[in-house]
Amino acid sequence: MSQQTVFAMTGGHVSLDGRAVLRGVDLQIRAGEVVAVLGANGSGKSTLIRALLGLVPLTAGRTELYGVPPARFREWHRVGYVPQRLLAGGGVPSTIREVVASGRIARQRRLRPASAADRAAIARALTAVGLADRAGDPVAALSGGQQQRVLIARALAGEPETFVMDEPTAGVDAASQANLADTLSKLVASGRTVVLVAHELGPLEPLITRAVVIKNGRVAHDGAPPSAVGAHALPGHDHVHPHAEPAEGGPLALSPGTAAAGE
Amino acid sequence: MLELFQSPIMQRALVAGLLVGLSAPAVGTFIVQRRLALLGDGIGHIALTGVALGFLTGTAPTLTAVVVAVLGAVAIELVRERGRTSGDVALALLFYGGIAGGVLLIGLSKEGSNATLMSYLFGSVSTVTQDDVLVIGALSAGVLGVVLVFGRELFLLCQDPEVAKASGLPVRFLSLLLAVTAALTVVIAMRVVGLLLVSALMVVPVAASQQLTRGFRTTLLLAMVFGVVATVGGLGYTYYVNVAPGAGIVLLALLGFALALGVGTFIRRNRTGESRR
Ligand SMILES: Nc1ncnc2c1ncn2[C@@H]1O[C@H](COP(=O)(O)OP(=O)(O)OP(=O)(O)O)[C@@H](O)[C@H]1O
Ligand SMILES: [Mg+2]
Repeated sequence: MSQQTVFAMTGGHVSLDGRAVLRGVDLQIRAGEVVAVLGANGSGKSTLIRALLGLVPLTAGRTELYGVPPARFREWHRVGYVPQRLLAGGGVPSTIREVVASGRIARQRRLRPASAADRAAIARALTAVGLADRAGDPVAALSGGQQQRVLIARALAGEPETFVMDEPTAGVDAASQANLADTLSKLVASGRTVVLVAHELGPLEPLITRAVVIKNGRVAHDGAPPSAVGAHALPGHDHVHPHAEPAEGGPLALSPGTAAAGE
Repeated sequence: MLELFQSPIMQRALVAGLLVGLSAPAVGTFIVQRRLALLGDGIGHIALTGVALGFLTGTAPTLTAVVVAVLGAVAIELVRERGRTSGDVALALLFYGGIAGGVLLIGLSKEGSNATLMSYLFGSVSTVTQDDVLVIGALSAGVLGVVLVFGRELFLLCQDPEVAKASGLPVRFLSLLLAVTAALTVVIAMRVVGLLLVSALMVVPVAASQQLTRGFRTTLLLAMVFGVVATVGGLGYTYYVNVAPGAGIVLLALLGFALALGVGTFIRRNRTGESRR
C-alpha cells in the first residue's frame, strides 16, 4: 500500500480578525487514515480543517493537499468537504436533490448535462443518508439533523477519496449516526481517508484510527484514539490527560506518578 | 387591442420588455439567494452617473452606462469581499455618489433636462430606439447565456462559497461574473423600468415565485414567467394611460407577488391538512 500523504501542514498559523486562532500546527494525514479532530468549543478545530483545504489563508507556515499547496491544487474531485452547518442563504428554496447534486460539480464539465454516473451517485448518496424519498422537498423544511444529513450526502455524491467533515454527527439521531458509521466503514474499507471533527464519537468510534486533540490552536495530543488510551495507557504515550480514566483500575490508579513515567 | 401591437414604438418597447422580463428575474434569483437583493439598486444608482456622462460627452448613454455600471459592480464586489462591517457604509457612499453625480452631470449637459432624467429613472417607452433594442437583445443574450453556462456553479456559489471553493470552483471569478451580469441586467432594464425600479424587477418576481415552488430551478423559471407578464402587461398599460412604464410594471409585479402569496399559503395549508388526516 502506498501511504500517500493527503494533508501536510507544517508550522501552520492562522489569524482571524487579528486574533491568533491556530498557533503552530504540524499535522500529516496519510491516505487510509480515519482521523478524529477533538477539542473544546472555540479551540480551532473548524479553522484547522478549513486551513487544510485552503479555505482560510495561513499567516505563517505551509500546508499541502496531495503534495500541492491549496492555491495550486487542481484535483478537487479527490476531496469532499462537509461544513459545520447549512448556510441559510437568501431564502430561495432548493430541493434536497439540488443540494446533493451540487456535490458532483468537481466531476462535471460546463454545459454538459448530468450523466448517468452523476444521477446514480446522487441516488446512492440520498439513499445512504435515508433521504431518497424526500429528495423533492425543500431543504429549508428539514430539521437540523436532517439538514446535516443532506450536507453529508452532498459530499458522498462527489465520490471523493478524502472526506473532511466538520461535526457530521452534530444533532443527528442515534439511528442516523449508526447509518453514517456504516456508510463510512464501507468507504474506509475501500481505502478512503476521513478527517472528522466531533465532540461525541458515538458509533463512529470503532472506525477511528487516530485522534488529534486541539487546544488553544495547538495540537495537544496526536495518536491513539481515546478508547485505546483508556484501555491500556500506551508505553511511550506522552500523557496529555494525567487525570483521565480513573477506571483504569489496579494499583497504578493509586500512584499517578508511575503511570506518567510509563513503566 | 391589436393596434397596440401595430405601433412601431410599442413593438420595440414590447420586445425590449420581453427581454428584460426574462433576464432580470433570472439573474435576480442568484442575487436574492446570495443575500444581495439591494445590489441591483446600488448598480442602478451608479449607472445614472454613466448615463449622465454619455450626455455630457455626446456618447450613447447606454454605452457609457454599461461601462460605469460594470465598473461599479466590480467595485461593489471587491468592497464586499474585503470586509464585513465597513462594507455597507462603503456601498452607501458609492450609491449616493452615483445618484448625486448623475443628477449634477445631467444638469451640466446641454441635452439634459428633467424629462430626460425622469425617463432614465422611471423608464420610457417612446425613447426606445431601434439601436436600443439591438443592444438590449445582445446584452440579454449574454446574460441568459451566463445563467445557462454557469448556472450550476453559481448555484453552489450562492449556497455556500466555501464548499464551492473546496469543489475547485473559481469563486472569485464567479462572484465577479455574477456582479457584472447584474450590471448588464441593470442597463438592459434601464430603458424599460428605469434605474430606480430596476432592482424591483430582479427581486419581486423571485419573491413571488418562491411562494409557489420547492426548488431553485423551478423558482428561477417561474420568476421569469412572472417577469415577462409584469413587463409586457405594464408596458401595454402605458399605451392606454400616459404614465412612466416602470410604475405600471412594478405594481403589476407586486400584484403578482400578492396573488402568489395567497395561493401559496392556501396550497401549503391544504398540504399540511392532508398530511394530518
Ligand atoms: N470568521 C471569524 N472571525 C474571527 N474569529 C473567528 C472566526 N471564525 C472563528 N473565529 C474564532 O476562532 C476560534 C476558533 O474557532 P473554530 O470555529 O475553529 O472553533 P471550533 O473548535 O471549531 O469550535 P466548535 O466546537 O464550537 O465548532 C474561536 O475563538 C472563534 O471565535
Ligand atoms: Mg467548529
